Amino acid sequence: MAIVQTRSAVGGRALMAATHSRGQIKMLARELQRNRGAMVGLIVLLLLVAMAVFASIVATHDPIDVVPSERFVPPSSDHWLGTDKYGRDIYSRIVHGARISLMIGFISVGIGVLAGVPLGLLAGWAGGWTNALIMRMTDAMLALPGLLLALSVVAALGPSLTNAMIAVGVGTVPTYIRLVQSGVLSAREHMYVDSARVTGCSAARIMFRHVLPNVAAPVIVVSTLGMGGAILAAAGLSFLGLGAQPPTPEWGATVADGRDFLAKAWWVSTFPSVAILVTVLAINLFGDGMRDALDPRLRRR
Amino acid sequence: MGTYLWSRIAVTVPVLVLVSALVFFIMNLLPGDPAVLILQGQSASSPEQVERLRKELRLDDPVYTRYGRFVAGAVQGDLGTSVQFKRPVIDIILERLPSTLQLTGAAMVFAVVIGFSMGVIAAVKQNTWVDTAAMIFSVLGLTMPIFYIGLLLILVFVVQLGWFPVVGGSAWQRLILPAVTLGFVSSGIIARLVRASLLEILRQDFVTTARAKGLVSWVVLWRHAIRNTLIPIVTMLGLQVGGMLSGSVITETVFNRPGVGRLAVEAIMWKDFPLAQGTILFTAAIYVMINLLVDISYVWLDPRIRYG
Repeated sequence: MAIVQTRSAVGGRALMAATHSRGQIKMLARELQRNRGAMVGLIVLLLLVAMAVFASIVATHDPIDVVPSERFVPPSSDHWLGTDKYGRDIYSRIVHGARISLMIGFISVGIGVLAGVPLGLLAGWAGGWTNALIMRMTDAMLALPGLLLALSVVAALGPSLTNAMIAVGVGTVPTYIRLVQSGVLSAREHMYVDSARVTGCSAARIMFRHVLPNVAAPVIVVSTLGMGGAILAAAGLSFLGLGAQPPTPEWGATVADGRDFLAKAWWVSTFPSVAILVTVLAINLFGDGMRDALDPRLRRR
Repeated sequence: MGTYLWSRIAVTVPVLVLVSALVFFIMNLLPGDPAVLILQGQSASSPEQVERLRKELRLDDPVYTRYGRFVAGAVQGDLGTSVQFKRPVIDIILERLPSTLQLTGAAMVFAVVIGFSMGVIAAVKQNTWVDTAAMIFSVLGLTMPIFYIGLLLILVFVVQLGWFPVVGGSAWQRLILPAVTLGFVSSGIIARLVRASLLEILRQDFVTTARAKGLVSWVVLWRHAIRNTLIPIVTMLGLQVGGMLSGSVITETVFNRPGVGRLAVEAIMWKDFPLAQGTILFTAAIYVMINLLVDISYVWLDPRIRYG
């Protein structure tokens, strides 16, 4: 890795770098194909994405349509997974909920990466006071359980789906700062950074062309796995009534809808919970595979 | 030992200040006016009322002045006054605290007992079905939403089997299912860690030596191997406390337990800003203190730290 980087830095041959990264993607794909768990995870995830994209076709009913005559219908040929206290079709609510949960995963992780990676780069590169300031704030955030941080954001902004996503996203920022900062600290000691500096590259160019690619792998792994955690956390907030508000068919909110009727209608809470479980499991399987393929240092024994 | 202890305590104070500042600034600097929020909760908000409340809560002072005032109050046990209850926030928290302490304590005991035994059995019977089953159990703990674990336990043990009453019952009866729910996630994590560190230690020379001198295998396991897994496990336990504080918020909601976690959620729902702020900061402080206790316990667990 370091040798190839040095060559592309000194020679500045864009072509070589491009071939190199295309080769890497091919290698990654081959590694992933060999990992059975990762492939199962990927297939389930693709199905979930398809379900989310084509929700209005895949669903059999309107997810928020109230039908008083069909309250608490058990799973049947008309309502595959039964109905809730308003006669809403659980299957259709889960299908539409996939859209919300996947979006929560992407946006929360996106907030974490977009805020965390630049801050981590800055801290690692600038050092001194900037580093000390950013890292002490990071320590403080990491010293707090994630949900407490999320609760303080929701307490300030008020309960809503958007605010829940922001809350969960903010909670993941310190992880990325830590990850990137330590990556930069070790990367800047390498020969290829010195070589780049000697050839007259600007600090920004060194940072984005030479250092960032070397810290990208762990960021990709952590953000893939982090998506599962984000979906769980946001579902938890919605379950508490602090996230998605009725009648949004969010999974955690649907579970909360059914929690007072467990004896009468077990299906209302059970099926959306299973949907969360399957989604998070698929993300974890795929993320573990990505980790094994991308980052040998993080590989499990 | 003295130096180590004092240095740990000395480091905790700035962490406490940073953590409280962080939460305070998040809650007070994000767009959203506490006065408007509170009045929304009371379903009345004319501009004059907002203005009066802002004066009353002294919200027009700069945020660092307000933080200073908050800390000065907090060290004397004053976390402000709840809008909803018209009582000191600290009194309400202290009323709810025993319930949460019982829950997290019982959950911790469950997690350690189950997680530890599962991890040891899985390591000793490596690559058998027992090992696989224990690891599947552990993965489930990490991927299942905690509210589903709770609802599933209610469904099976309360609704189907009727082992526990729906409402009422003794304190023990009300504690068991919530404790299992909350401890489930951590037991999986602990099992995984115990298994991994035990497998590593069982391969080391001193274990082979102990075996070679003819010690019975359980003596080797207890006296030589398990003792050496304790440090990473205690560290993990300290980290688990954070997960448990988060989990207790949801567990208390699932089982309708009037604890501190439930209080934080209710305070946010009621838009009782001082109560929410006090509860969250109080919990954060407890978490930092527990991590200090974990660090201190190393001294007792590993003599090398004492003399090093």
